[in-house]
Amino acid sequence: MTSATNVEVAQPPPAAPGGTVVPTTRLRVPSRWSFMLRRLGFYLAAAWAAITLNFLIPRMMPGDPSVAIIQQLQRVSGQQLPPETLVSIQALFGNPDANLFEQYLAYLGRLARFDLGTSISRFPTPVADVVSSGLPWTLMLVGSTTVVAFVLGTSLGVLTGWKAGGRLDAILTPASTFISAVPYFWVALLALWVFGFQLDWFPSSGGYDPDAQGVAFWVSALRYGFLPAATIVFSAFGGWLLGMRNMTVTTVREDYVLLAQAKGLSPSRVVLRYAARNAMLPSFTGFALALGGVIGGALLTEIVFSYPGIGYLLYDALTKRDYPVMQGVFLLIALTVLVANLVADSVYVLVDPRVREQG
Amino acid sequence: MPSSLWSNPKVRFGLVVVAFFTLLAVLGPWLTASVLGLDPRANDISAIASPPSAEHWLGTTQFGQDVLAQLVAGARGSMFVGVLAALIGTALAIVFGVTAGYFGGTVDNVLNFVTNLFMVMPVLPLIFIVSGYLRGTGLWMIAVIIGVFGWAGGARTLRAQTLSVRNRDFVLGMRMLGESHPRLIAVEVLPHLVGWIASMFLGALIGGILAEAGLAFLGISDSGAISWGSMIQAAQSQSAVLRGLWWWFVPPGLCIALIGTAAAMINFGVDELANPKLRAGTRRVVRRTRRVERAVAAAEGGAA
Amino acid sequence: MTADTRADADRLVAAARAGQDEQAQADPVLDVRDLTVSYIGPDGGTVACRDVSFQLGRGEVLGIAGESGSGKSTLITALTRLQRPPATTTAGSIVFHPAGRPGIDLVPLGARALRKLRWTSMSIVLQSAMDALNPVMRLGDQFADVLRTHNRGMDRAAARTRTTELLGMVGISADRARSFPHEMSGGMRQRATIALALACSPQLVVMDEPTTAVDVVMQRQILAQVLRLRRELGFAVIIVTHDLSLLLEVADRIAIMYAGRIVEIGSARALYRSPAHPYTRGLRDSFPPLHAPLTTLHGIPGTPPDLRRLPSGCPFHPRCPVAVDACSTTPPPLVSLPEQAAECLLLTNEEAS
Repeated sequence: MTSATNVEVAQPPPAAPGGTVVPTTRLRVPSRWSFMLRRLGFYLAAAWAAITLNFLIPRMMPGDPSVAIIQQLQRVSGQQLPPETLVSIQALFGNPDANLFEQYLAYLGRLARFDLGTSISRFPTPVADVVSSGLPWTLMLVGSTTVVAFVLGTSLGVLTGWKAGGRLDAILTPASTFISAVPYFWVALLALWVFGFQLDWFPSSGGYDPDAQGVAFWVSALRYGFLPAATIVFSAFGGWLLGMRNMTVTTVREDYVLLAQAKGLSPSRVVLRYAARNAMLPSFTGFALALGGVIGGALLTEIVFSYPGIGYLLYDALTKRDYPVMQGVFLLIALTVLVANLVADSVYVLVDPRVREQG
Repeated sequence: MPSSLWSNPKVRFGLVVVAFFTLLAVLGPWLTASVLGLDPRANDISAIASPPSAEHWLGTTQFGQDVLAQLVAGARGSMFVGVLAALIGTALAIVFGVTAGYFGGTVDNVLNFVTNLFMVMPVLPLIFIVSGYLRGTGLWMIAVIIGVFGWAGGARTLRAQTLSVRNRDFVLGMRMLGESHPRLIAVEVLPHLVGWIASMFLGALIGGILAEAGLAFLGISDSGAISWGSMIQAAQSQSAVLRGLWWWFVPPGLCIALIGTAAAMINFGVDELANPKLRAGTRRVVRRTRRVERAVAAAEGGAA
Repeated sequence: MTADTRADADRLVAAARAGQDEQAQADPVLDVRDLTVSYIGPDGGTVACRDVSFQLGRGEVLGIAGESGSGKSTLITALTRLQRPPATTTAGSIVFHPAGRPGIDLVPLGARALRKLRWTSMSIVLQSAMDALNPVMRLGDQFADVLRTHNRGMDRAAARTRTTELLGMVGISADRARSFPHEMSGGMRQRATIALALACSPQLVVMDEPTTAVDVVMQRQILAQVLRLRRELGFAVIIVTHDLSLLLEVADRIAIMYAGRIVEIGSARALYRSPAHPYTRGLRDSFPPLHAPLTTLHGIPGTPPDLRRLPSGCPFHPRCPVAVDACSTTPPPLVSLPEQAAECLLLTNEEAS
């Protein structure tokens, strides 16, 4: 491997994942709709794949999860299970007497009725109820922190990229490189140690004050949620900053930014309408893809703070071997991420007049 | 390549750090055992949860285990998972990405669809679930799971790159001469992707270490194995945070952060080498130019 | 030290040929002297433009030709003050003369003062219109923002009217203002950027390879349009290209760049009929004549020199078919001839003999 070939090979990565296809005049308004329809089709297929994966995983695992679940349920409940519950569990986790296809149909039938089985650790609460109790907390936490981290990281990224080589860049860029490499849950531990225990500024566990009512409840929810949220923002914004910085540095050297400067436009206009507006396009695609990662990171953060969201439920289910809840949580996360991706794609079509053709 | 890579300070820093941890993972446990006489699993009853001291440089855990010895043993565990996961992930990325990009058509449509599916699946929760069923199976199984679910991003990059290499004149020419596909891929396409594959491998290595840490933190890892993640998990489960035993959970997290930073620096530096626009934005270039400008302005001011 | 003495010598010679560029001398719109641009690297600067001097008269078309790496693009970004690190102007002046007002040296000018001059005095047309137009803004908006920046009082409707008028000048229909750049053809985009360059009635339009991205037929159409507009509106043009044959058709005067220097400058006619510099001769003979039967074409052997390791003496001597021994040691002076000036040692000998 000589230096020359490698540099030649390592061309600048395509602006958008999947490559920027040179737009042609052929692409007019109707293609936006066909683009959206294709994306919708893809996400429907992805949802089907997630559901099928959820069906296959317990059946491919060594041992027989459905037998283990039934035995456990009988142990925790101390009685014979009603036949209806048995049928439901076998439909969801495997029935040794039926072939795979029959099982698959039965499984889909159960899902269509929002039957995700029965929780083992919280018998006899249905999994759907367990999972939906955690959902609002996670949605609030991940939703707000993702937006804040995105806005913060992207704006700082534009600033550092525009003044690349300047003082701000010299401090923020290496710092973000470090921060984005730190595991979420470790930052959470440090935050808990410093702000929760040493300084005692914030409550150290839970999502709300159990004694509070009405307005006081919402205020306590904000107070309890601040530290987990701050942790996630801190861990996540560095990635946005780096991506946006490098895109801005590249975009600033594009001819249209040069021309905007030659036009004598105000610097803020050049930065915002010309450089940042274009540099942001790949970030929109990244935004959706990063959601999966943020949710994964948030799961661990929730565990550190014992925050009553999906992540803590998953942890609880893992330690108690509550397979039905594990499966339910996965299905929920997968579908949520897919919907978020679809939304991000729709926004993308709005912000980029050139509809990008991608698989 | 080595000389120009080495000339970039970011790459240099990253390579030194990665080399250090690789050496630590290979030789470290032997060194701590024979030179310092430490066993990561030995319990020193006389020093329970003691802060750093002359005897235990990084202090001890709740169980009187030496944190330094654990950190070094953990380097081996974490690096093992990282390397194995990266090997599997990179191999899958090459199979999916290069094949799709090279053959195009229906093959591409199918493989690209699968790749995109894995892209949008929330991989970390998926890995949690699967490892949840397979708990206690040891580090190698964890590495396999991480590798099997974490290849999609790399495959996407390789597909795009293969597409561009495939359409270059020399590959088209060789195809017309009747070269076989496997030979063309091996001889003409892959060599041009080495840079991408290397940086992908590095990314996957770090991703593997981070994912293992996350899994260990959830308590999924084999309890007997020592890794940085399992150290943090042990600290968490023994309420080390509550009790302020910072020397227990800070060092392993720092190690993960450091090696992650190193990988990011290498990627950053390679980007700068490959993309002249980025290179022009480095602090060295900008400061050098401003210095000359100031000198010229000063000289003209003096003359006038 | 040597550079200074050389510059002095050049100035003397330039003064000596005062008579030849009467139009430029009498009422110049741009007066460039000893412009030197360097790229600052870890071990000092690489000079990409050295001691470039020329004058541009009002309404004149000056062509600048040279191979890639001759420093012509560097010169453009220096003239328009659009250079970025690591490029920097290390010496010289660029004096711009607005009509009826004293000249302004652009080199030491601050960002704010420069912004006021931009587009109203000097505008630019870049090589690729595809890359020069913001892909996410409608064409009309890209006209409106520059119009309204420089005319504070102009409202949206007036900007729209002016845009329609400008587009009309280059034969683009008004409804195209609603289009995004990717919805237009290459030729239309390029004509749009020319209309854009005329938005604020500048006195100078700098064109960087304005027609390389379009096909030959479109090239001719666009250049004819530029010349017609220049006649109507009276702006001066600096047009940079590697295509000498194209310049011979459109330019009043032509400057030939080699290794960062202007090696020959003179009227288009003189450079075509009797090029004084061997490099100019080589360039002329390497293009097919447009309006004459095809004769034998001669390329110039060798490649442009590495700016970091320029040959001693005349930088062209390793490739020069008529070089003599002295060429490798003595830097050639600028020699004035009736219709042109060139940097070649052989010309001094001819004069002597």
